[in-house]
Amino acid sequence: MASESIAAPVRPVQYLQAQLRWQWGEIAFWLATLLPFVVAPSYLVLASQIAITALFALSLDLILGFSGIVSLGHAAYFGVGAYTAGLISAKLGFGEPLTGLLAAAVAAGIFGYLTSFIIARFRHLALIMITLGIGLVLQEAFNTAGFITGGFDGLQGIHTWPIFGKFHFDLYGYTAYAYSLAALFVIFLVARRIIHSPFGLALRGIRENNSRMPAIGAPTRTHIRTIYTIAAIIAGVAGAILAETTETVSLEALGFQRSADVLVMLILGGTGRLYGGLIGAAVYMVARDQFSGLNPQYWYFWIGLLLIAVVMALPNGILGGLAHFARRMQAKP
Amino acid sequence: MSESALATRGVNKSFGSLIVAADVELTLPPGVRYALIGPNGAGKTTLINLMTGMLAPDSGRIFLGDDDITALPPEERVRRGLVRTFQINTLFPHLTALESVTLAVCERRKVARTWWRQLTAYGDEIDEAYDILAKLTLGPVCHRLTRELAYGQQRLLEIALALAAKPKVLLLDEPAAGVPREESRELFAAIAGLSRDITVLFIEHDMDLVFRFASRVIVMVGGRVLVEGTPAEIAADPQVRAVYLGKARHGAAP
Repeated sequence: MASESIAAPVRPVQYLQAQLRWQWGEIAFWLATLLPFVVAPSYLVLASQIAITALFALSLDLILGFSGIVSLGHAAYFGVGAYTAGLISAKLGFGEPLTGLLAAAVAAGIFGYLTSFIIARFRHLALIMITLGIGLVLQEAFNTAGFITGGFDGLQGIHTWPIFGKFHFDLYGYTAYAYSLAALFVIFLVARRIIHSPFGLALRGIRENNSRMPAIGAPTRTHIRTIYTIAAIIAGVAGAILAETTETVSLEALGFQRSADVLVMLILGGTGRLYGGLIGAAVYMVARDQFSGLNPQYWYFWIGLLLIAVVMALPNGILGGLAHFARRMQAKP
Repeated sequence: MSESALATRGVNKSFGSLIVAADVELTLPPGVRYALIGPNGAGKTTLINLMTGMLAPDSGRIFLGDDDITALPPEERVRRGLVRTFQINTLFPHLTALESVTLAVCERRKVARTWWRQLTAYGDEIDEAYDILAKLTLGPVCHRLTRELAYGQQRLLEIALALAAKPKVLLLDEPAAGVPREESRELFAAIAGLSRDITVLFIEHDMDLVFRFASRVIVMVGGRVLVEGTPAEIAADPQVRAVYLGKARHGAAP
């Protein structure tokens, strides 16, 4: 416990500031997201799907990676957003895309806020069961309400207007990818700010040791309700973009498969790192696209193999592995 | 100022047939250094859990100053100035020491719900956290992850987290548990150096430390307060010698 040196070399706040600055790797990542426009224009539809899924995975990272809230039913909020945007267009005939996003955000946010009261009371395994339950209940409810949602056949008749009345959604996905990517980037900036805020620090505290939090005077349940609602809103926006860019919504949007897939992608990329969901979504969906082209019947076999290999080699996901590698390189003089 | 910083009135608690708190009546005046001693299983940690709201008493009332806090949740008691540490390190392994204490400061200053401003906009909070760490000799390691700190440093961080909540009453559950003897003296010196506005109650097994750092001593046995008095009174009390010190001495030097 002897004091090791006289004082810290820089004021602590400056040290923290330096840590929160944009890294070169981050800038390179966002520049790379523009590459599909130039390099792979025939894959823009896929790129758009990846951006939407990345946004969805980002929202899961906020609750799982940063707050330790496990969910196997996160697609419920994605689905509420998708159906909200879809219904406004299909039933009310109002296909303005940004209005659709806003409405989806409100609907998913309300549903997220209501369910957050249950979520905030539980941890770990109990949460898995509860979130799974919420997902199943919602899926069956939407199935039964076929007169509105189209039930098993999906919602027909969505027509999305051009963005700002100017940019039409084309067959090749130029507009769709630009739209999805812009939404992803803007919401990513918000998420990054949340993580680097005092509230973000409190969330990490909850993840690290939920039982200590009350002993430092923290209202953990209030914190959890807030982040769960924010994550639901983001998931809802992702769902809305999918509905708007594909002009269809089916029960698959809020199904268990989607909840499980996004969890897998996030773990694959690395939890609690903001970029993990983005990288995971890209790797997973490109791999699925390639495998299904190669071997249409058995592609889940290859996906399964990929998952086992990655998790065995990189227990903290792709980004966790990269960070570990970078540290080792630095340690070597 | 009221005469009592923290008081319990007729507090009872049992788990099935096991009585862990029986009619506990304590009044801790402001600024006093209390040691809470007693053999294993006497109900010392349980009493701290009852005072801080981590356990609900079967009956009885708990007062912080003049306020009845019996029904308040733990975090609300912390906000009113009743703060504890844990016998087993209960920290945030992947936060740095500075982040951990800054979090506690932000919670106290009610800015921990702010999600639209960057943490570094709160320079005052960060500086306050750093000062707390520096006073406990943790300044040089403030950017290390908690799990990478030496054990003794983690014990100090326990105290730093509690101090960040600006306690009026500080309950320390074996602050030196597991710390080598010579280091535990340093640790208690840090506790002795705390502001006299803070009422301190600590659980400790080492009688040298108890008699050195406590101004008053409470002895608990079987969930009951056996006796309460100055260290000299306690050392001379035949009941205490029989039940507690006698046994300990017997065990140590046959």
